[in-house]
Amino acid sequence: MNRLETYLFISSVLAALGFVTIASRRNAVAILMGIELLLNAAALNFVAFGRFVKNAAGTHPLDGQIFAIFILVLAAAEAAILLAVIIAIYRQSESIDVERLRGLKG
Amino acid sequence: MHETAGAIREFGLLKAILLLPLAGAIWNGFFGKWVQRRFGEKPISIVATAAAAGSFLVSLVSVLALRSADGALADRIYTWFSAGDLSVPVALLLDPLSSVMILVVTGVGSLIHVYSIGYMHGDGGYYRYFAFLNLFLFSMLTLVLGDNILLLFVGWEGVGLCSYLLIGFWFTDREKAAAGMKAFLTNRIGDLGFIVGVFALWWLFAGKGVHSLAFADMARSIRLIEGETVLGAPALAFIGIALFVGAAGKSAQIPLYVWLPDAMAGPTPVSALIHAATMVTAGVYMIARMHFLYTLAPAALAVVAIVGAATALFAATIGIAQTDIKKVLAYSTVSQLGYMMIGVGVGAYAAGIFHLMTHAFFKACLFLSAGSVIHAMGGEQDIRKMGGLRKKMPLTFLSMFLATLAIAGIPGFSGFFSKDEILWNAWAGPHGHPLLWAAGALGAGITAFYMFRLVFLAFFGECRASEETKHHLHESPRVVTTPLLALAALSVAGGWVGIPEALGGKSRFHHFLAGVFSPGGAHGEAIAHGEQAVHASRSLEYLLMAASVLIALGGIALAHRLYLARPDLPGRIVSRARLLHRIVENKYYVDEIYRATVIRFVLVLSRALRVFDDFVVDGVVNLSGWVVRIVALVSGWFDNTFVDGLVNAVSNGTIALGARARRLQTGAVQSYVIAVFAGILLLVLLYMGLSGRA
Repeated sequence: MNRLETYLFISSVLAALGFVTIASRRNAVAILMGIELLLNAAALNFVAFGRFVKNAAGTHPLDGQIFAIFILVLAAAEAAILLAVIIAIYRQSESIDVERLRGLKG
Repeated sequence: MHETAGAIREFGLLKAILLLPLAGAIWNGFFGKWVQRRFGEKPISIVATAAAAGSFLVSLVSVLALRSADGALADRIYTWFSAGDLSVPVALLLDPLSSVMILVVTGVGSLIHVYSIGYMHGDGGYYRYFAFLNLFLFSMLTLVLGDNILLLFVGWEGVGLCSYLLIGFWFTDREKAAAGMKAFLTNRIGDLGFIVGVFALWWLFAGKGVHSLAFADMARSIRLIEGETVLGAPALAFIGIALFVGAAGKSAQIPLYVWLPDAMAGPTPVSALIHAATMVTAGVYMIARMHFLYTLAPAALAVVAIVGAATALFAATIGIAQTDIKKVLAYSTVSQLGYMMIGVGVGAYAAGIFHLMTHAFFKACLFLSAGSVIHAMGGEQDIRKMGGLRKKMPLTFLSMFLATLAIAGIPGFSGFFSKDEILWNAWAGPHGHPLLWAAGALGAGITAFYMFRLVFLAFFGECRASEETKHHLHESPRVVTTPLLALAALSVAGGWVGIPEALGGKSRFHHFLAGVFSPGGAHGEAIAHGEQAVHASRSLEYLLMAASVLIALGGIALAHRLYLARPDLPGRIVSRARLLHRIVENKYYVDEIYRATVIRFVLVLSRALRVFDDFVVDGVVNLSGWVVRIVALVSGWFDNTFVDGLVNAVSNGTIALGARARRLQTGAVQSYVIAVFAGILLLVLLYMGLSGRA
């Protein structure tokens, strides 16, 4: 049961959930959550590969783990910024419904 | 003068004679308006009169210097222009001939300046008048002092301009402005002949290697061109007649005399100075100056003499029936100019110049007296409305009477000597003919008649003026009468310098000029022959003299009988010969004939040319304009359609493309996300497919 494929499968499910969340929810905060799911799916992939892959010297490289930590930090920063942006958008248009925010229409 | 070239002496003072009046003209012309407004009339007249008088004084000094020099004085100022080999200097020449002229011009001119101070008093254009008068003196002195024919022509045109300006001095009166124009245009016709003559001279002399138009050089080389022809005519006769056409214009000879009577529209002192004493004699002076040419061209001389005689007689008859005091004097001037032309036309140049001088004195005196009368009569010029002025204006009467005696040729007065010399030469001179004498003598009788008619009507008998005019009658102020009396004295005594030897005189005037006209050498022969003839029969001379005096006395007696003794007679004669009187009174309808022929022809020609202009010249211009417009239209259409079309097509295409492309930007963020995932998916599938195949 402790196999690389298991982690990859869970990661794929997380990524799929994240994608569906982003594409289907209209609430900007929910979309933000979807993004977090995608990021965590990627982080899980990194950690899994770091645990199951060996380098030429026969030891596990730490690159994957370090990458996961970076992603956590990045996700935190991103969440903070996006929440601020969402609040700013709400203040301006009194809505966080992305269907109604069409300011980017060409 | 030209044979004694060594005797020509430089005399730098000559230019002052010219420059003084020029300076006066410039000063009054440019600053006179301001001076008159600021300081009144006095400074203007002082400047102008001082310029004229100063010029007279310098002339006197120069003539005295000439007498002691015994030759000629020259003053070469600068080179006017050079064209090819021809070089024309601005150079002045004072020989006995020009010294007579400058003394007359500046002397009579100064007196008339003084007279004008009083006569023009109160005129708004006072400064303008004196500026023109000074400018006239300058031009006239250029004319007589110039040492070449081109400089003479400059003065010739200058005096014509001043004449025009002064005839039309009161230019607000259309008739007077038109009179000025008539004078100018008539003179232009004559000037054409003059220019033709000058060009012919230049051309012929240049052909012989003589590159100068100076009188002295031309006189020296005149024999070189004697045998030449111009347009098939003998060169000298052609040139002589061409120059005489110019002289006929300037000196009012048939057929170009018509401007002079109209010129009386100008102020009276102008009539006296320009249209009696000086400018109109320029033609006579020019012929005398070109005597070396005329002496060799008897045909040209004959034309001059015959035209002169015809003019003398013709104008005198018109003078009989004129009622305007100035018109009488104008026709008298035309007639007297005819006398001078007879004089120079028979080769008696000195006699012509002598009469020119005495005429300047007595005719200026007559005009100024007439001006004094007109002033006193409040502008009235009709002698039928005068009469009895003798008692009211004794000084004016005295001067007018003395001048009339002079012009009538009463022995002892100046006119007698000069007229007699002309008549004597007309009979017995080198180119004379008894018929010329007869015309002149008859003219003299008529002159005496109409002049005494004028005096009797204006100064004797009952005064026919209105009561109001009578009340204002007065003698003119001293500034007017002083020049009058001076001129009257000259009218009496001016001829005494030329008392002929037949009357116990010495013909000093003749001898003074002899150096100019009969210098021996090449063409002295004709003159010498003439003098022989003149000396041949003194008894004939006495006889002719007596005859002309008797004719003049007859004219006076007739005038006395008709206008004093039997004042009813003229009316009865007029009613008897109504047609003749009408013709003479209307000056033989010459003006009307000119209007019907020459002027009409010119007008028709100018209208035809105008039609040509309107249709042909304008047509060509309009056609070319039209063509250019068509070309421009086509080119504009091409520009709008093709060039602009290309540019617009590019931009329109870009806009259309942009409009399509912008549809992609829906603004719905999630659709972007889907597109991104779809893209990633596509790339992954593609990669897997590719690697799977590999």
